[in-house]
Amino acid sequence: SPNDTAQPLPYRRNPAWDPDDKPTPFDAVSSYNNFYEFGPDKDSPKANAQSLRISPWTVTVDGEIARPQTFDIDEIIRWGLEERIYRLRCVEGWSAVIPWLGLPMSELIRRVQPTSKAKYAVFTSLADPAQMPRVRLPVLDWPYTEALRIDEAANPLTLLAVGMYGNRLPRQNGAPIRLVVPWKYGFKSAKSIVRIHFAEQAPRTTWNKAAPHEYGFYANVNPDVAHRRWSQESERRLGEFRKRPTLPYNGYAEQVAHLYAGMDLRRNY
Amino acid sequence: MHQQIITTARALVFFASTLPLAWLAWLAASDALGANPVETVQRYTGLWTLNFLLLTLSVSPLRAITSQHWLLRLRRMLGLFTFTYACLHLLSFVGFDHDFSAQAIARDILKRPFISIGFAAFALLVPLALTSNAWAVRRLGGKRWQELHRSIYLIAILACLHFLWLSKITEIAQPLAYAVLTGLLLWWRVQNRKQRAIPAPRTTQVQAVKFFRKRPD
Repeated sequence: SPNDTAQPLPYRRNPAWDPDDKPTPFDAVSSYNNFYEFGPDKDSPKANAQSLRISPWTVTVDGEIARPQTFDIDEIIRWGLEERIYRLRCVEGWSAVIPWLGLPMSELIRRVQPTSKAKYAVFTSLADPAQMPRVRLPVLDWPYTEALRIDEAANPLTLLAVGMYGNRLPRQNGAPIRLVVPWKYGFKSAKSIVRIHFAEQAPRTTWNKAAPHEYGFYANVNPDVAHRRWSQESERRLGEFRKRPTLPYNGYAEQVAHLYAGMDLRRNY
Repeated sequence: MHQQIITTARALVFFASTLPLAWLAWLAASDALGANPVETVQRYTGLWTLNFLLLTLSVSPLRAITSQHWLLRLRRMLGLFTFTYACLHLLSFVGFDHDFSAQAIARDILKRPFISIGFAAFALLVPLALTSNAWAVRRLGGKRWQELHRSIYLIAILACLHFLWLSKITEIAQPLAYAVLTGLLLWWRVQNRKQRAIPAPRTTQVQAVKFFRKRPD
């Protein structure tokens, strides 16, 4: 059935994104999730997300672009997928290494042709109380909204993922399509996206609204800037006992540090 | 109350108090601590420290309400289990988070308010655990011993602050529930003390204090 996530997807491996880090076991990545639409605990998304209907699914792309349109998820998959193994660093201090299947966000940008007014790409997740009972609770300001500056969105690292570990994305990991921005804390990578809006003004994003001093707009992984309540100097890989040092930009400084040249990263956390 | 029943009750409470630890050991042995085992252990030992702290604080009100004065004789054990789970909680922080590096631990305690508060609560627990034996009660004298052990109220407040502070805004319900329970237990004591301050006809609560002074336990 098209709603089955245990379906292999066709893809080619991109050897440029294969770090030395060993991928985290699938079981850990698919059972330890932050997805508040399905509950506040790490194990609630896996337990509660199975009611999500992932097919049919469309993504509406609009705003400051030449070609506003609505894409079917299967059409996006047909553009061609690649596998990239990225590190994921959560703002809470844990991390994982995940083989994603997806396509560069730049591919979508190329197809919709942003105008010169498009300064931000705004990602909106599904917020359907029928499928996501927890969005009835005012825990966060639903729908979940995240955004990137347009140059961040167009960076070759930014990925729209539709699968992981060779198969379609499990629901708790943001099926059927999610963002992956590996140099930023995980909450920037919106899940189960239904709309991508190109805007001139920076929007208020969900976690930034909930606790502005703890979750900045940029949220670049940065061991030198502590979270309000804990240090970001180190992280614990899922399944490991000892902590390891956290790298600036999660180890992707070479690819993205230039985006923030001249910016005060302590203010723009 | 017959000594026999007290002995049995103590044995049962002791056995029950080891069950959370046994369950944790079972989870660890069967590789069922989840994707982030350290976090599981830290949360679990922290929660059970608080549970035992609240159980310890519940003894006095429960005794006053039921007039079952022998309940007091379970309190020391519950207090010591609070200390035991607090030690495990601290150990997981010292070992898993900082590899037993004294410098890293000291830095974290100084830099992070929620860790400072948790550590202060633990530090205050140590003298209580050390003076929990009959010898210490005799040495200190009942009154001074009791005054020292009143710091358990401060410890409870610090423990609740620690839990509230480390929690995200989205998961504040559980630490809030613990704070409310702690508040109720402390409020009961304030009320109880006010009542006792008024020269009133002798009540069972006044009796309870006399009982306590004769048989500190």
